Order: sequence, then C-alpha cells, then structure tokens
Amino acid sequence: MTSLLIILGYLGLLLAVALASSRFSRGTSDDFFLASRSIGPFLLLMSLFGTTMTAFALVGSTGKSYNLGVGVYGLMASWAAVVHPLMFALVGLKLWQLGRRHNYVTQVQYFRDRFESERLGQLLFPILVLLVIPYLLIGVQGAGITVAAVTKGAFPAFFVDAAGQPSGIPSWLTGAVICSVVLTYVFFGGIRAAAWANGFQTCIFIVVAILTFFTISSALGGVEAATAATMAKRPELLIRGQSIGQAQFLSYGLVGMSVGMFPHIFQHWMTAKSSSTFKLPVIAHPVLVAVVWLPCVLLGIWAAGQLSVPPEKANAVLGIMVAKYTTPVMSGVLTAGILAAIMSSLDSQFLCLGTMFTHDVVLRGESLDAADDARVIWIGRAFVTGVVVVTYLLSLVSNRGIFDLGVWCFSGFSGLTPLVIAALYWRRATRLGAILCVLAMVVSWTVLFAMDSLGMGGEHGEFLLGGVMPVTWVFLSSAVAMVVGSLLSTPPGDDHIRRFF
Amino acid sequence: MTRGSRRGLAIALVVLLTVFHHDGWLWDDPTLVANFLPVGLAYHAAFSLVASVVWIAVVYLVWPADDTAELGVEP
Repeated sequence: MTSLLIILGYLGLLLAVALASSRFSRGTSDDFFLASRSIGPFLLLMSLFGTTMTAFALVGSTGKSYNLGVGVYGLMASWAAVVHPLMFALVGLKLWQLGRRHNYVTQVQYFRDRFESERLGQLLFPILVLLVIPYLLIGVQGAGITVAAVTKGAFPAFFVDAAGQPSGIPSWLTGAVICSVVLTYVFFGGIRAAAWANGFQTCIFIVVAILTFFTISSALGGVEAATAATMAKRPELLIRGQSIGQAQFLSYGLVGMSVGMFPHIFQHWMTAKSSSTFKLPVIAHPVLVAVVWLPCVLLGIWAAGQLSVPPEKANAVLGIMVAKYTTPVMSGVLTAGILAAIMSSLDSQFLCLGTMFTHDVVLRGESLDAADDARVIWIGRAFVTGVVVVTYLLSLVSNRGIFDLGVWCFSGFSGLTPLVIAALYWRRATRLGAILCVLAMVVSWTVLFAMDSLGMGGEHGEFLLGGVMPVTWVFLSSAVAMVVGSLLSTPPGDDHIRRFF
Repeated sequence: MTRGSRRGLAIALVVLLTVFHHDGWLWDDPTLVANFLPVGLAYHAAFSLVASVVWIAVVYLVWPADDTAELGVEP
C-alpha cells in the first residue's frame, strides 16, 4: 500500500510539473508541436536521453542480462555512446537547420520535399507509424510487468491470479493509468509539456537507478557478495563466452543507428533553439547512458545468482528484485523511477504520431499559415488521444519479450537510416533510389521477422543470419537499393538541390 | 590547423573509438575489477566515459560556429 501511495504521489507531481509548463506556452500550433523552436541544451539533452531510454533500457536490459550476462552492456549501451551522438551530430543538426529554413514539422514533410515525391510520403508515413507502435508497446508492457511484480500480494482482496493466489496490480490497470497520465499532459501542453516532463522524469530515473544499485547491492551483502553469488551459480554470465557471438556483437552497432530515423527524436530535434543546443546532448549522452545501464546490467547478473525465474519471464526480474530486496518506501520510489523512464518515452511517441497524422494526413496540401491555429491544435489532440487508445488496446494482447520487440522495432528504423543519410549528404540521391530504399527495408525486414517468428536461425538465444543480427541485412539491402536506384535514374535539378545543400 | 585537418582529426577519433568498441581480447576473461565488476563490463563502462571525451574533442574541432551563416536565405 505504501508503495502504491508513493507511485500515485509521483504521478500527481509529474502532472503538476508538466502542466506548469503551460505558463510558458504561446498558445500557437507551432508551440504545441515544436515549442516554438525554443528548447535549450539542458531540456534537449533530457528529452533526447529520456526518450531513448525506455522500458527497453531498464526492464529489458535487466532481463536480458539475467539471461545473457555482462555482454548486454556492450551490445546496446556502449554502442549508444558512439552511434547516438553521431546521429545527433550528423543527422539531427543538419535536419534542424533544414527544418528551420523550410519550416518542417515532420520527417515525411522533409523527405517529400527533398525528393519531390508525394508517393514517397504516402509510402513512408504508414511505415513510420507501424514501426513506432511496437516501441510504444514496449513502454506500456514494461510498466505493467514491473508494477505487477512490485505489488504482488499487496492487495489480496482485490487482485488474485488464475490459481486464486494473491497477485500484483494487473497490467491492464497500470497501462490504463500511465496512458491516462501521459495523455493528460500531452493533450494540454504538447511538446513543451513533454520536454518539461522529460526533464523532470529523467532526473528522477537517473537518481533512482543509482539508488536501486546501492539499496539492492547492500541488501545482497555488498557488491562483492552479490557478484560472488552469481559466480557460484551462473559463472558464464560474467563473461561473454558462448552467449554472444563476435559478429553478433559487432552488428549490434547498426541497431543504434535507428535513432537517426525515430520520428519522436526528429520532433525533439526540431524544438532546438540553435545549433549550439546540440552540443550538450552529443557530449553528455554517453555518460548518462552508462549511469542508467551499468546498474541495470549488474542487477540482472546479480538476480541470476539469487532468483530462479524462468528465462521467458526475465522481464519481471527488475520488479522482483525491487520488491524482494527493498523496503516498501524504497520500493515505491524505485517503481516511480522505472515508470518515469517509461513515460518519458511514451509522451514523445504519442505526440509524434499525433503530429504526423495532423500534418501529413489531415493538413496535407493546406498552408499552415492559412489554417486556423486553434483547429490545428485540436486536430493534433484528437489524434494523440486516438493513438493512446489504440496503443493501450494493443498492449492488452501483445506478449513478445521487451528486449526482442525493441530490437525488431529498432532494426526497421535502422533500415531507413540510409534514406536520411543519402538525403542529407548525397546530392545524386533520387526519388527512385529513396522509394526502392524504403521498399527494400520493408521486404527484408518482413522476411526476416517471419523467419524469426517461425523459429528459424536461432543462435546465442537470438535470431541471427550468417552470425549477425538481421538489422545488418536490412540495412545493407536498403543502402544498396538507395545507391542503385539513384544511379539508374535522372539526378535532381541544380535549383532544387541548392535548397538542401 | 586548417578546417580540413580538423575534420580529418575528428573523423579519425570517431573511427578509433568505433574500433576500440570491439574488445575481443576480453571475451572470455573472468577477471573481476575491484572484486565485483567483470572486466568486460568495466572496459565498456570506461569506454562510455572515453566516448564522452571524444565527443568533446569532436565538438571543439568541427562544430559549426554560427547558426545563421549556414542557413542561407529561403528562395
């Protein structure tokens, strides 16, 4: 009960912080979708970091380390230290410059303009939407799993499992609560409220990650005793050994490139005040990733020395550790921190889908200057609400592992990265190349996903093809299609190209 | 230092960082740093901090100096 009260108190505080941002709102659609391009370095850092760190980082990384060991840090976190800042600098900064010059709000607007193709926009829009939805599911599922584990047995009169044993708060209820909280502040405050909420929540979950580390390690008898227990029970988790292949390890770098094509990250880039605003996110991102991932990976391997959770239930490991090794007060604080990480991604993702439906579908062809500003905001709000409801309903039926679901989603976005790199840096890139690039991503991703679903190609506990992650083949096929398609078609005119270079 | 050499140095730093990500020599090393941290994990945690230093250098070497100069004028 104490834990639940702390979690509810946290959600109330979050709403207060996010809604307080409305005092700075200019009441325009530009402010609702882009915060009037006025976000400074600290909030941009918090927004980008908070948005990229979701249930995947906390719940997923702990669960994956429980199964695979310490190598999980190198797969994602240290690759993120190289690839994410590279994408912020090479892609984000350049897109921000073009976005400010041509007043872009969504990625589709940019690509349609750059390649002078309505068809490309029509092709890209549903693909981006379909790829963001699994990412949203990761958050809602992660929150449900964690809260269920932390509150197990706390309300025997209300919640019991199929066997009649006391269970935790059910996932459907947690999902409904966090979706409602996020929807409330995004609905009223748009991206400015999301940025403020991200700043607040990111500070909270960084502190909580450190607190979790010290609290649980202390309860386990200290860091040395915790590692010793794992060494006695599961020594293979302390090295990479046979659990991760060398080529697999290398190919994970391509997964991180997905940041270059996340629509919600694009929208945050567009909110930046100046090019200098990007410096802090580029520099500080690797350190913040380490601060969050290192405790989570250690908790995952320590859990393997203490618990006997079956591998397929590994997503619940973090919640179980928090419930088992902390006091109810700490348990409430830690769970609030986990929810903070999850919600700091959900808000941006909900908003970006609402923004895309508003600008790329409803207002397509209308001049934004001529459109009634209040109407534009209300269309955005209506779509954000619709996206939240659809995501929530899908979360009730989805049951894939969080880490694996995340990797598939990121692989799709990574497969679109050749599109944005070519658009920004290759004058010879053409419409045909862009369309073939997107189609190649869709075909290769679909084939590989189907193979994984059919249980083919399993190695090191993961679906690999030729020893590497499927993202390698998705990325290569779309890059080759981009180059071949462009070289086989007529280059764009000089006047057009001058607008973008 | 010319603009070209600054850019070359920045690219070299990022390439070097990428190469050092692949610590094949620690793959099966069970050594514990400070008696609790597996050496492979300690290496990658340190790698994250070094990456931050590399990005400071990159920002110093090649970051565009002025926003408006790059933007040009909308035709």
